[in-house]
Amino acid sequence: MSVKPKLTYFNGRGRMEPVRWLLAAAGVEFEEVFLETKEQYEKLIKDGVLMFQQVPLVEIDGMKLVQTRAILSYIAGKYNLYGKDLKERALIDMYVEGITDLMQMILVFPFSPPEAKEKNLDSIKERATDRYFPVFEKVLKQHGQDFLVGNKFSWADIQLIEAILAVEEKIPAVLSGFPQLQAFKKRMSNMPTIKKFLQPGSPRKPPPDECYVETVLKVFKK
Amino acid sequence: MAGKPKLHYTKGRGKMESIRWLLAAAGVEFEEQFIETKEDLEKLRNDGVLMFQQVPMVEIDGMKMVQTRAILNYIAAKYNLCGKDLKERAWIDMYVEGTTDLMGMIMVLPFQPADAKEKNLALIIERATTRYFPVYEKALKDHGHDYLVGNKLSWADIHLLEAILMTEECKPDVLSAFPLLQAFKGRISNIPTIKKFLQPGSQRKPPTDEKCIAVVRKIFNI
Repeated sequence: MSVKPKLTYFNGRGRMEPVRWLLAAAGVEFEEVFLETKEQYEKLIKDGVLMFQQVPLVEIDGMKLVQTRAILSYIAGKYNLYGKDLKERALIDMYVEGITDLMQMILVFPFSPPEAKEKNLDSIKERATDRYFPVFEKVLKQHGQDFLVGNKFSWADIQLIEAILAVEEKIPAVLSGFPQLQAFKKRMSNMPTIKKFLQPGSPRKPPPDECYVETVLKVFKK
Repeated sequence: MAGKPKLHYTKGRGKMESIRWLLAAAGVEFEEQFIETKEDLEKLRNDGVLMFQQVPMVEIDGMKMVQTRAILNYIAAKYNLCGKDLKERAWIDMYVEGTTDLMGMIMVLPFQPADAKEKNLALIIERATTRYFPVYEKALKDHGHDYLVGNKLSWADIHLLEAILMTEECKPDVLSAFPLLQAFKGRISNIPTIKKFLQPGSQRKPPTDEKCIAVVRKIFNI
């Protein structure tokens, strides 16, 4: 009898959200343990379950996986979302890494000082529309297929839809110059597992708020 | 007939050094084209060969690969350095992400303001000796094998040796409390391909110096 993967992280997006997206898109149910206090975090460290004393932590298939990329690679590999060969994997990796760089800007945004927020928002908009979105728009236009790589649903598609929605939350009209991405967004949002994840009551977490930022700072305070 | 991989980067370690290590350890000869001026970088961008306008870029097997992790994943898999199955790969990925975080701290040190350098150097040594090295020391102790994962040389071993040597450049006796890592260092350094890479005249780059910093600042506007 297989056990559900168990995710340990804050009750918020942060670095765990791509993991939630990937599991959900793969149709895998999972449990969550939420970090709320410093004491909880210190206990995890003391119990020796965090390899580098950091979260995210995902308990899956008898392993205590840490490091977001390692976790995501394992899940993508396990659920056949990582391409059919090395070259497809290379494309998926390149796309995912680019998107991760964009998502990193969004990840740190709530923690930036108020006076830097406007400038950071402008940077996110510029990077999304000048550096990242054009790449994926072009890829989809060139092959005319529904998915980014190998005419098959993969980790890259899931990462991209997550990023599109996250950027749109900050910059609602960001896709206005990208018709292929608009169609892609609709298509991905309608895939049964993703559609379910986008509905209220799913494990998807809301955008970070003051409370989330406070909790993170409190738990990690030295 | 396959051409040699061609690496595009500045003439320094940076993000390309781990790629040089991996290719060299796998016994793969490669060419390098050095970016020396802003114009060199602009030309690559204008030629449309940098997917996200960034380097490293490695031309390999007909692809123009970008994003360090994507490149490293591809090379590791191609040369059978990423474990025999998904679980071994997960362990390798976790270990590599740890050494990446440690080397990342060392990589940015030369670019920090003078007043922050001392504090950050202390943090690097603290992290190395309390967060990272203990993990690898324990892994080697627990299984008693020569290599970190699956009793076979993998990307994780090569990356760890690179991290050890880099940290020793910061503090020569940093391995004093880690007897197994000292033995590991000796063993892995003696692997023929790695031994060759560690000799003068190889493509290994020296530690970042003032001249290198100035060039990088100018090219990348930082």
